Amino acid sequence: MSTETAAETLDVKGQNCPMPVIKTKEAFDGIAAGEVLEVVATDSGSMSDIAGWAESTEGAELVDQEEATEGGQDVYKHYVRKTE
Amino acid sequence: MSADTPASPDDDLSPEAVADLQDRIDALETEVSDLRTEVDDGGPQKMVIIATKGTLDMAYPPLILASTAAAFGYDVTVFHTFWGLEILHEENSKDLQLSSVGNPNMPVPNAIAALPGMDRMTTRMMRNKIEDNDVASVEELIETSLASGVDLQACQMTIDLLGYDEDDFYDGVTTGVGAASAFQDMVDADIQLLV
Repeated sequence: MSTETAAETLDVKGQNCPMPVIKTKEAFDGIAAGEVLEVVATDSGSMSDIAGWAESTEGAELVDQEEATEGGQDVYKHYVRKTE
Repeated sequence: MSADTPASPDDDLSPEAVADLQDRIDALETEVSDLRTEVDDGGPQKMVIIATKGTLDMAYPPLILASTAAAFGYDVTVFHTFWGLEILHEENSKDLQLSSVGNPNMPVPNAIAALPGMDRMTTRMMRNKIEDNDVASVEELIETSLASGVDLQACQMTIDLLGYDEDDFYDGVTTGVGAASAFQDMVDADIQLLV
């Protein structure tokens, strides 16, 4: 999944639990049905947290998650689609 | 159940008996449907946390869980009572302390931890760690919780007991509530926690 297909990108780098999930929910509320939200985090716990949040949230579908190294730091990218 | 041979389908039931059974079935169906409505009211799920501790470390669990549950779509109420009230006190919440005594995880023995100034020192160490690890401050978590619709409640009895004023608390904090309203919320909640 590339950033081009994401309608919006949320940058929560430098924020730790529980902030990535809370900000994700806020940003997710703001996108339209069918759109994909990209979340970029540095909190490694966000991998399971955002997956769990998407699983429990109606209308949220986790499309992809990936780990990358950017500027010498580990970043975790999440793509969540709004299905309804 | 009796040991009698069960009635075979061939046995004739009187029309009255059939009508009685039909009435009974109707009554039971209504009851089941009422219970279903009661169990699944279609509204969001609810969580209630009773926050009773006011140390820096114990301020985090209720606030983190509350804001997270709100992100999961839960209706959340946190009822702050006794020292838990300090978390909602705008001024005191910025200066919550960590006790160095009675915590076996502290790297100092209790005899030393009890010396004057030690709580200040361990609190400063903890605050530095919190900052270094990008963990949100108590103030940020309160603002986040309130913005996500969490109902942060300050126990009125404790407000009076500690001599606080309603204006001492963060804007948006609910005051004038007691054990009965907390209990009612707990009865309706899917998750109840005492922290």
